[in-house]
Amino acid sequence: MLPPQTDLNNALKARGVTRRQLVKFCSAMLATLALPDRYLNRAVAAVSQAKKPVLVWLQFQDCTGCSESMLRSSHPGVAEIVLDLLSWEYHELVMAGSGDAASKILERIVKEEKGKYIVIVEGAIPMADDGMFCTIGGRTAIDIAREVCAGAAATIAVGACAFDGGLVRSGPNPTGALGVQEAVPGLKVVNMAGCPHNPANTVALLVHYLTFHDIPDLDQYNRPLFAYGRVIHDMCERRAHYDAGRFVTEWGDDGHRKGWCLYKMGCKGPEATFNCPVVQWNDHTSWPVRAGHGCIACASPRFWDHMSPFYQQLPSVPGFGVEVSAGELGLGLVGATLAGVTAHGLIGIMKSPPKPPPPGAGGPVAEAPSSGREN
Amino acid sequence: MARIVVDPITRIEGHLRIEANLDGGIISDAWSSGTMFRGIELVLQGRDPREAWIWAQRICGVCTMVHAIASVRAVENALQIEVPANARTVRHLIAGAQMIHDHVVHFYHLHALDWVDVASALKADPAKTAQLAQSISNSEKSSASYFRGVQQRIKGVVDSGQLSLFASGYWGHPAYLLPPEANLMAVAHYLEALSWQSDFIRIHAILGGKNPHPQSFLVGGMSTAMDPNEPAAVINPETIGQMREMIRGARRFVEDYYLPDVLAIASFYKDWFSLGEGLGNFLCYGDYPAGDHDDPATFLFPRGIVMGRDMSRVWPVDPSQVTESVARAWYEDSAGHPNGLPPAMGETKPKYSGPKAPFDHLDVDAKYSWVKAPRYDGKPMEVGPLARMIVGYAAGRKEIRDAVDGALKALNAPPAFLFSTLGRVASRAIEASIMVNQLEGWVNQLDDNLAHGKTAIFNPVRWDPGTWPDSASGYGLHEAPRGSLGHWVEIKNKAIKNYQAVVPTTWNAGPRDAQGLRGAYEAALLKTPVADAARPLEILRTVHSFDPCMACAVHVIDAQGRKFTIPRVS
Repeated sequence: MLPPQTDLNNALKARGVTRRQLVKFCSAMLATLALPDRYLNRAVAAVSQAKKPVLVWLQFQDCTGCSESMLRSSHPGVAEIVLDLLSWEYHELVMAGSGDAASKILERIVKEEKGKYIVIVEGAIPMADDGMFCTIGGRTAIDIAREVCAGAAATIAVGACAFDGGLVRSGPNPTGALGVQEAVPGLKVVNMAGCPHNPANTVALLVHYLTFHDIPDLDQYNRPLFAYGRVIHDMCERRAHYDAGRFVTEWGDDGHRKGWCLYKMGCKGPEATFNCPVVQWNDHTSWPVRAGHGCIACASPRFWDHMSPFYQQLPSVPGFGVEVSAGELGLGLVGATLAGVTAHGLIGIMKSPPKPPPPGAGGPVAEAPSSGREN
Repeated sequence: MARIVVDPITRIEGHLRIEANLDGGIISDAWSSGTMFRGIELVLQGRDPREAWIWAQRICGVCTMVHAIASVRAVENALQIEVPANARTVRHLIAGAQMIHDHVVHFYHLHALDWVDVASALKADPAKTAQLAQSISNSEKSSASYFRGVQQRIKGVVDSGQLSLFASGYWGHPAYLLPPEANLMAVAHYLEALSWQSDFIRIHAILGGKNPHPQSFLVGGMSTAMDPNEPAAVINPETIGQMREMIRGARRFVEDYYLPDVLAIASFYKDWFSLGEGLGNFLCYGDYPAGDHDDPATFLFPRGIVMGRDMSRVWPVDPSQVTESVARAWYEDSAGHPNGLPPAMGETKPKYSGPKAPFDHLDVDAKYSWVKAPRYDGKPMEVGPLARMIVGYAAGRKEIRDAVDGALKALNAPPAFLFSTLGRVASRAIEASIMVNQLEGWVNQLDDNLAHGKTAIFNPVRWDPGTWPDSASGYGLHEAPRGSLGHWVEIKNKAIKNYQAVVPTTWNAGPRDAQGLRGAYEAALLKTPVADAARPLEILRTVHSFDPCMACAVHVIDAQGRKFTIPRVS
């Protein structure tokens, strides 16, 4: 229900935010979410509630790159998110208190905000050796994840490590690391894959959640379709060069300077789904392919093992110049990549095939999680 | 005597636990424990060395790219690849920007709340705050109405009862000494810095597609193609202009906000120039050569060692003197391996032997950390901005002497004040003020080369693995924001056989060694007064002054006592 306009304006004024600022960032969020403008008032009202939803950000086996990525949010800036959009009470990277003062905040939220708070998880969760590869305040990561995620209204996994174990889980997975949805079965997790996640997408997801009290449509890996529903190759600014057969064949060559297609340099764009070419990074400044380097498919399932070697040309792109839909990029194509890697070229023999996960480390890459929504 | 445990230490990268004994309100002993392990070097074995940097970069997302640069340098060293001058310049630009960005974010967002009481800012007079701000810098935003607006914004948050990140702070703690106006100014600049950092680091997006984890390094150069006439080239006249604008903004921020704020806040906490002095031994590999070769004689930050706070002498770095001890870290000791194991024989056997979770205390008399204990000639060393400034000052490097002397004069303090908690904080800001003057020169070099058609950015001679020898090994060094970083790689049959990183925070955050010698954090915490054991603000001040990065610190792959070598360049 929308609050009366005067209440809304008072609430905004009390927080030192102008309505104009708020409308601006809600408009940007709706654009990212591909939602029509008619939802604008609803979004503005939702993000200006008198009581802000509490956010808990947990860090486990991480590099803190996803936290840092969040700090690069531009519209809204991170100050607006922290002060105006949410009550961001637990996040080890940036919260004021340490030790007991920090732990007490988490205890309070789990107890008093039960069923109402949002939890964002960054980093993988180690399952081997009773989880002793990651402890915080004397508790294991898995112990904390089970308790905090179970009481949350929504759990969002940001980055490759929280999504599916990421680099930490890649062969030989020394610590038995898993992503959140496998480490804590039964949760409804929204996966914001990527290495790191793109804050434009994560903030849009938060606004969507605050506006509709629901999560947007997800794919078979529980990634929101608005961000992970289209193939990078189809949206790529270098696509015309691919279609015309103009390829970079050596770094720094004439084609490289002219912005030609990086397919022959190992670009994984044809097999990757992510809205990277559209939302880009760091306030829409650029993205890796524009910086002259191939895509490494960092938002794809188990990409470290299944999309490397990163400089290996993809064995074949389905239908040269023919559209391939995101829905086709499931197990079949990942399998094709692996076959190509072992069958093709010199580099194919340089790398041993991905080692099997240790016992209890979850299923193979393309196995859709049981909690997933089918499309 | 009471035992204090601070876990998690927040406002750092990663997972750090401090246990300390408190005796009459003073810390009598301390133990530093890294509580997370991933094992990235193990994951690298068997992979294509040309992509090692993509993996190694994920050691850390805060000091993003520093492991990428060390990694490509290591592989290029192993395969004997000379990198074109443009690629070296682009790497300097990316690394220099990282240093400035990292230092600013550390001061305002990871460290300032140890000195700044946010609640007190509400009591400030905005007009007097404006006077204070105008007295210390020429910042554009220094009017009373600006500070009143910030105060209103903070008041709105406080009045809502939802304090967000500030909910857990130690507001009102007796160790906070700033007047309300200084607190309000600092809170305003905390918010300014949040917005500035996301804008400035777009220079990484231009040169690397994104930040964190820019994606434009190559073994042999960079992917940032240059062309004066092609808008699709990464480096072209337009992007040169954009970078110049960002660098001008960085200089304004460092000169108008960061350095003046550090000096102003430090002037209220003079006691902290004699607390937290720590080991007194400083190591710096050095970096940022002026020419086209890695000649240490031309380094912006010179290579050297200062021992026992004796600035009258700079010792050469003798690489054979570096060892790593796992006597008190959760790894198996390789019994029977004397000192001097070559890197290829390094091994890693993580083996947790601490208490079962949940636990209240670690057994600090046994093994107690995932961080190893590097030693130089058997002695623990401190690395980082303070080490760079100390070594550079002692070596007589003019840029460093001038910048350090300027800051000390402003504080009316002798050089000995540097050996302290605030000395580390000041060194970081001084270093940023040096680096911010380097960036424009590097952009100018690129611009000159564009104008003269010198656009080589990649050396293709060793890209094809068919050109590689059967086996090769090499190293890559870098002075990262947090200190001296080294990567070592061994390549066999065109794949990585062994990979290792010796990282700044390992030096600083490491535990005791076999002789019981304390690591840098542990030593620096000694004699620190703690006013309120339940709110150990003073511990945070000293630990944060090192800017811990625990994801970097915990890495694997070598046995106790293994030595590595830094081949002499000259």
